[in-house]
Amino acid sequence: MKRIATAALAAAALALLAAATAPQAAGKDAAIARGKYLVTIAGCNDCHTPFKMGPNGAEPDMTRMLSGHPEQLVLPPAPALPEGPWGAVFSLTMTAASGPWGTTFAANLTPDRETGIGAWTEKEFKETLRTGRHLGRGRQILPPMPWPNAAHLTDADLSAMFAFLQSIPAIKNRVPAPIPPAQSAAR
Amino acid sequence: MAGGKWQRIGKVAAALAGAAAAALWTAPAGARAAGAAPERLSATGLFADAAHGVVAPGVLRYTPQYPLWSDGAAKARWIRLPAGQAIDASDPDAWRFPPGTRLWKEFSFGGRRVETRYMVLGRDGAWTYATYRWLPDGSDAVRAPERGLPGVAEVAPGVRHDLPSAADCRACHEGGPTPVLGFSALQLSPDRDPLAPHAEPAAPGDVDLPALARTGRLRGLPEDLLATPPRIAAPSPRARAALGYLHANCASCHDARGELASLGLDLAQRVRGGDPRAPLATAVGRPSRAHPPGMGEAPLRIAPGEPGASVLVRRMASRDPLLQMPPFGTKLADPQALDLVAAFVRDDLGPATTHPAAPDHQEKNR
Repeated sequence: MKRIATAALAAAALALLAAATAPQAAGKDAAIARGKYLVTIAGCNDCHTPFKMGPNGAEPDMTRMLSGHPEQLVLPPAPALPEGPWGAVFSLTMTAASGPWGTTFAANLTPDRETGIGAWTEKEFKETLRTGRHLGRGRQILPPMPWPNAAHLTDADLSAMFAFLQSIPAIKNRVPAPIPPAQSAAR
Repeated sequence: MAGGKWQRIGKVAAALAGAAAAALWTAPAGARAAGAAPERLSATGLFADAAHGVVAPGVLRYTPQYPLWSDGAAKARWIRLPAGQAIDASDPDAWRFPPGTRLWKEFSFGGRRVETRYMVLGRDGAWTYATYRWLPDGSDAVRAPERGLPGVAEVAPGVRHDLPSAADCRACHEGGPTPVLGFSALQLSPDRDPLAPHAEPAAPGDVDLPALARTGRLRGLPEDLLATPPRIAAPSPRARAALGYLHANCASCHDARGELASLGLDLAQRVRGGDPRAPLATAVGRPSRAHPPGMGEAPLRIAPGEPGASVLVRRMASRDPLLQMPPFGTKLADPQALDLVAAFVRDDLGPATTHPAAPDHQEKNR
C-alpha cells in the first residue's frame, strides 16, 4: 500500500512538473520558430551559409548551415580593382567579401562553443548587433554585415533569433580573421 | 539563359551590396538615444565661468593615479555629487553613486581644450553620456552628435582625434561592475604609484579617498582602507606599475565581474582580498583566441619572459583597427606603457617566476 502511495505521489509530481514546464517548452519552441523565420527572411544564410553549385545552380549548402566561411577554403588575395566605380568583390561561396574595408569572412553562427557562438550569452548577441562591435565592446563588425539594419530589431526578435541559432547543429569551423585594407588588393 | 545558374547568387550579391553600403556609411552610429544632455557644456553645471575655466561650487576635481592612455591628451576630471548625498562604498571595488551624480573629463591637445566628456546618473538608474566639442574661441563647448565626430584635432602628424559616439561611451563604461571609471578606492588612494605611466600629480584641492571620507561623501567604506590606503601589493615597483596600467586601460572590459567575464581574461585589481597577481593567472601561459599574423598557431596571451611572443603586448602595440587593444578610443600606441609592460613580461614574469594557478574557465569565442 505504501509503495502504491509513493508511486502515486511521484506520478502526481511528474504531472505537475510537466504541466508547469509545458508552457515554457511551448514558448521556447515558438521563439525558435520565430527566430528561424527571421533568420531566413533577413538573409543570414546569404553570407553565413556557403554557396555551392548544385543541379539547379548556385545554392546554399545547408549541410554547413550558418557555419560561415569554410576554414578549408583558403583564398588567394582579392583581385585589385581599378579606381572606381566598382567597389567590392565576393567569393563564389558568398562567404568572403573584399572592398575598401578590407577582406571579411562570414562568421560561424552555429552553437559550436569553440568556433561558433555557443559560448555567447543572449545579451552579448544582442549587444553585438546593436552596437556593431564584437560582443558589444570589441572591434567593429565589418561590411557587408548589415548590423545597422539588425540594430532596429526588437528585443523579442533578437531573443528569438538567438534561440534559433542556439538550436541548430553545431559545426566546428574556425573562420579566418578579417584582413585589413592594406593587405587586401580589392580597393 | 546563360546567367540562369547564377541568378540566385546575383540576387544575393545585390542584397549584399545594399547591406554593405548601409554598413559602410552608418557603421559608427549607435542604436540607442543618448538621453537628454544639454546642448551646451555650460548648462551641465560644471562651470561658474566656462571661458575662464572656473568650476562651479560643489564640483570636485580629482586625478586618478593610473590614467587611461588617450594618445597623449592632457586631462582634467571633475565630479559633482548631489547635495547631502554620499557614495555607497560598501563594495570597495564597485562604488554605487547616488542619482544626480555628474562627472566630466576634459581633453586637451597641444594646450588647447578639444572636448569634455560628460556622464550623469538619472533617477531611473541609467547613465546618460555625451561629449562636447570646444568652440574655437574657448567660450563654451557644444554637444557632439550621438554618433560622435571624427577628426576634430591633430594628435600627431596625419593622426586626428575622434569624439566618441554614445555607444562607444557605453561600451567602455558599462562593461564592468560600475560605470564610473577612474574614481575608485584604488585610483584615489593617497599611496600613489610613482612609476604609473603618464601619472599626473594631484592638483591642489583634488579630492582623494581620505578627503571623500572626511567630508561624508563616502558611506560604508571599510575602515581599514583609510588606515592603510589601497596599494597594488606587487613583487616589484615595476610590476606594481604594470598591473596598475593594465587595470586602468584594460579592465573596464576585462574584469571577471563584468560583461565579458566569460572571456576568462581578468586584468582588474581589487582592493578587497586576493593575490594582486591573480588576475594574471587568466593571461600568463593562457591560449589566445586572437591569432595575430606571425605569432603562430597557438599564441599565448602572455608568454612568460617573452614579450615578443605575447599577444597582449602585440595588441597593445598595434593600431590596426582589427587587432588593436583597446579596440577604440586611441590611435597611437603608448610607447611608455609598452616599454613598461614588455619589461614586466620579460623580467618579472620570466620562466623562474612562480605564477598563480589559472582558474578553470571556458574561454569563449571572440
